[in-house]
Amino acid sequence: MSSALAFQTAAQLSDQLATRKVSAVELAQSCLAQVRATDARINAFLSFDEADILAQARESDARRAAGQARGPLDGVPVGLKDVIAVRNQPLTCGSRMLEKFVSPYDATAALGLKRAGAVLFGRLNMDEFAMGSSTENSAFQTTANPWDTSRIPGGSSGGSAAAVAAGQVPVSLGSDTGGSIRQPASLCGIVGLKPTYGLISRYGLVAYASSLDQIGPFGHTVEDVAMTLQAIAGHDEKDSTSFRTEIPDYRAELKKRRGPWKLGVPKEYFGEGLAPEVRAAVEQAIAWYRAQGCEIREVSLPHTEYAIAVYYIIATAEASSNLARYDGIRYTHRSPKATDAIDIYHHSRAEGFGPEVKRRIILGTYVLSSGYYDAYYGRAQKVRTLIRQDFLNAFREVDALLTPTSPTVAFKKGEKTANPLEMYLADIFTISLNLAGLPGVSVPCGFSSAGLPIGLQIVGQPFKEAELLSIAHAYERAHDFHTKHPQL
Amino acid sequence: MSAAAQSPSSYEAVIGLEVHVQLKTRSKMFTRVATGFGEPPNTLTDPVVLALPGTLPVMNKEALDKIIKTGLLLGCEIAPVCKWDRKNYFYPDSPKNYQISQYDQPICLRGGVEIELPGSARNVMGEHVTIPLTRIHLEEDVGKLNHGAVESLIDYNRAGTPLMELVTDPALKSADEAFAFLTAFRMILVAAGISDCDMEKGQMRCDANISIRPVGQKELGTKVELKNLNSISFVRDGIMHEIQRQLAVVLAGGTLRQETRDYDGQTGTSQSLRSKEMAHDYRYFPDPDLMPVKVDEAWKAQLREGLPELPFDKQRRFFAEYQLPYTITSVLVPDRALSDYFEETAKLAGAAKAQAVGNWIANDLLRELGAAGIELAASKIRPAHIAALVALVEGGAISSSSAKEVFVEMFQSGEMPEPIVDRRGLRQSNDTGELEKWCQDAIAANPKAVAEYKSGNEKAINSLKGPVMKAGKGKANPKLVDEVLRKLLAAG
Repeated sequence: MSSALAFQTAAQLSDQLATRKVSAVELAQSCLAQVRATDARINAFLSFDEADILAQARESDARRAAGQARGPLDGVPVGLKDVIAVRNQPLTCGSRMLEKFVSPYDATAALGLKRAGAVLFGRLNMDEFAMGSSTENSAFQTTANPWDTSRIPGGSSGGSAAAVAAGQVPVSLGSDTGGSIRQPASLCGIVGLKPTYGLISRYGLVAYASSLDQIGPFGHTVEDVAMTLQAIAGHDEKDSTSFRTEIPDYRAELKKRRGPWKLGVPKEYFGEGLAPEVRAAVEQAIAWYRAQGCEIREVSLPHTEYAIAVYYIIATAEASSNLARYDGIRYTHRSPKATDAIDIYHHSRAEGFGPEVKRRIILGTYVLSSGYYDAYYGRAQKVRTLIRQDFLNAFREVDALLTPTSPTVAFKKGEKTANPLEMYLADIFTISLNLAGLPGVSVPCGFSSAGLPIGLQIVGQPFKEAELLSIAHAYERAHDFHTKHPQL
Repeated sequence: MSAAAQSPSSYEAVIGLEVHVQLKTRSKMFTRVATGFGEPPNTLTDPVVLALPGTLPVMNKEALDKIIKTGLLLGCEIAPVCKWDRKNYFYPDSPKNYQISQYDQPICLRGGVEIELPGSARNVMGEHVTIPLTRIHLEEDVGKLNHGAVESLIDYNRAGTPLMELVTDPALKSADEAFAFLTAFRMILVAAGISDCDMEKGQMRCDANISIRPVGQKELGTKVELKNLNSISFVRDGIMHEIQRQLAVVLAGGTLRQETRDYDGQTGTSQSLRSKEMAHDYRYFPDPDLMPVKVDEAWKAQLREGLPELPFDKQRRFFAEYQLPYTITSVLVPDRALSDYFEETAKLAGAAKAQAVGNWIANDLLRELGAAGIELAASKIRPAHIAALVALVEGGAISSSSAKEVFVEMFQSGEMPEPIVDRRGLRQSNDTGELEKWCQDAIAANPKAVAEYKSGNEKAINSLKGPVMKAGKGKANPKLVDEVLRKLLAAG
C-alpha cells in the first residue's frame, strides 16, 4: 500500500470513504504502512494492535456496506495519547509504573470516538504522566520532531502531534494541562485545540492535574479538529466537572463566515524570551487579520508573570494526590525488593516513577503541607482567580486573543533536560489558559529560516469553540502553511 | 498539685466522641456500585472503587440527603454548600491513598443529641441531658485488610461506602454518658432509616477522646484517643478502663502523654498505637474532581417534611397522650415499627385502652415473636387482632387468663379473637342470676370462710371465689363474682 493517503486530511479521507474510493481497511493499512516506514525514526507510537485496528476497520466497512455508517469519522483512524483509557488496550502514561497495565474500561472520549465509528489507532508517546514539554520524560522512548529528527516534537502530547505531522494518522487526541496540545502542535506544524475546561469529559483521562487537564484533538486542519471535537464534546454524568452546554455542529459553523472580529493582542506575550522569528510570524498573522477588517486592540493581562509559579503550585499539588494511587499494591509496578506495605510504597514508587514525576510529587507534597498551605496553595488559588479575571476583562473588549503558542521553535533533544526551569518556560504562553479554563487553538503561521514550524495561538471565550475555530479557519484558508509536510 | 487533689474523687473525666456511621444507601458514595456486607471479597467494586487510572468520583445524592436529614433531626446548622476535600495518607485499605472527606466546611455544624442517663432503677426514668455536637461530615469508608501469617489480603467491598463522621464537643463526663449517647444516637438514626447502626457489621464505629483534670480546673488535661471500641458495651468498658488508667498514672505522680491507644474489648486492656509526634499531615485540599453542591432552602424544606419524630419526643407524647408507664414506652419508643404498630392499635382500640394495648404489645407480642424468632412485620397478629382482644377483655366478655390463651392461638393462626373465644367457649358469664346461684352455693358450702370474713378477715372472700369460678368453668367474670359475693355476704 502506498502512502498516497498519508497527509490527507480527515475531511478528505472521510469523503473518499463515503464515496467508496477507499475502504476503511485500505486506509488503516495505509496508516500502518506509514507507521512502519517512518516510526523507527519518529518513535511516536508506544504500541499498536494491528489485528485490532484492522478488525475495527472491517467493522466500519461492514457498516458502510449496510448503509449504517455513523458519520464523517466512520473508518477514520484516530491515534490516542497513552493517557486516555481504551478498553483492553495498554494505558502506560509513558511510565514504568503502568508498563503492564491494560485498561478494563473506556474513557468517555474514547467511547465517543467508537460511537462515531472511528478506528482507534494505537497508543502515542508522551512525557510520563503528561509532565513535560518535550516528550523526553517518557520512560520508554523519545519522540522526534518530523521536521528535524534531532529535535523534540514538544510535549507532553509529543507522540500525538508527531504522528499527525508525520502522516501516520490523520487525527489524534492529546491532553493539555499547561500547553501539552498547543505547544507540540505548534512545534510540529499542525493544528491543536485545547477546549474549554469542562467541554470534554475527563473520565478515563489519567489525571495529572484535575483542575487543569483537558482532552483535545490534533489535525492537519481546523476542519479536522472540528470534526474530531464533535465526537468527544459534551456533558458526561461520570465527570462532575463536565459542563452542561449545547454542542453546536462545529464543522458546519466553520463555514458560516462571522467575521470581522475584534481581536486582542496581550502586550505581556510579546516581551523578553520571544524568539524574533516567532514574533515576526505571529505579527504577520496579526497583520493579516487587520487587513481582513478585524479590529486589533492591544490588551493587558497584568497577572501573566505569575502564571508559571501559580501553575507549578496548583498542578503539582493536585498531582501529588492524584499519583498517590500508584503505590505498588494493586495494578502498578511492584518492586521485587519490597517486604512489607511501607516498603512496597517506597521501592515501587522509587523504581516506577521517573525524575520529573518525582520532582513534581515532592513539590506538590510540600506546598500542601501543614503550615505552608496558605502561603502556597491558598495564595496560588487566589492569583489563579486574578489571572482568569484578566482574561474575562479582556473579553469585554475583544472576541479572542492572538498570541504566539511557543516562545521558540522546536529545540534540540537534550537541550533543556538539565534545566527544568528552562523547560517550564516553554509553556509560558499556553499555561495561563489552563489556569483560566479557556479554550485555545494553535494553528501553523510560518516557518523559521531553518524550516521549523511556528504556531499562532488563538484564545477564545469559555465554551465558544465554534467561534474560536472559525477565527482559526479563516486564517488557515488564506494561508498554505498547513499544506506543507516534512520530508521523511 | 495540692494534697486535696491526690484522690480519684478530686478528678473529673472529660470525654469527646467521634462516631462513624455507614449510611444506608443503595450505592456507594461516589459511584453506582451497590453497598453491602458479607458478599464475596472484591465483588462490590468497579473501576472507581478500585481507583483505576482515569476514574472520577460522582456524588451520591441519597447520601447527602441522609446526612442533611441527620443534621436537621439533631438541630444542626446545615452548610449552604457541600464542599469536598481530599485527606491524603497512604494505607493499603485506601485505594486512592486519599479519602474524599470534608475538612473545613462540614455539612452539619453544632446541634445536639438528647440522651437519657441511667435511672435509679430499671423502671425509673433517668435524667435527660443534651450532648452538644461540634460537627457532622460526610466521607467514604475504606476497604478491609485481612492479615494472614505471611501475607495480607485486601477486600474493597466496604471501600467507598458513604460514611458519616459525628464529633461531639468534649462534653461527656462518664462512660455511662458515652453509652447513653450511642444508644440515643443509634435510636434516632435507625428510626429515621439513616443507618442500621449494626456495630457487629461495622456500620457504627466509635473512637473516644478521654482526658482527666482536677475538679474545678478549666483547661482540659492531656488527651488520649481510644480506638477500636466496636460495641456499645466496649465503649463503656474502654472509657472506664482508660479513666482508671489515667488516674493511676496521675496519682502515682506520673505524667500522661498525648497518644492514640487501641482497646481490646476481650481482655479489657489497651496499648499505645502512636504518639502525637507520629500524627499524620493529611495535606487536606479541595477535591478538584467534585464541584461544590449548593444546599438551598427548598431542598432542606423537602427533607424536613420527611423527618420522623425524635424517639424521646415520641416518649413524651406517649406519656401525655396514652398515659403509658415508662417501662412500656422504653420498650416501644426505640423501635419505630413497634411504636407505629402500637399507635395503630391504640387508634383502633381507643386511647382509653392504650395502656392495655401497650401491655399486650410490649409483653405478650414481643415474647411470642422472640420465642418464634420472627420479626414484627411477619407477625400474623395485626393491630386489629389486639384491639379486638382488648375490647373483649375490657368489656368483660373474657377473663384476662382466657385472653392469654386466645392470644397464643391468634399468634399461631392469625384468626381474629371472637371465633376463637366462641369455639373454645371462653365467653365469661355476666348473667347475675346464674352467678348468684353459684355464689349462694359457695357460701353455703364454706361456713368457715364466711365466718372469718364476717369477723373482719377480708381475704377470706378469696376462698369463696375458687368454688364459684370452678362452678362457672372459668366463664364467670371475676369482677362480677367479687361484687355478688360481697353483696350476698353483707345481706346474709
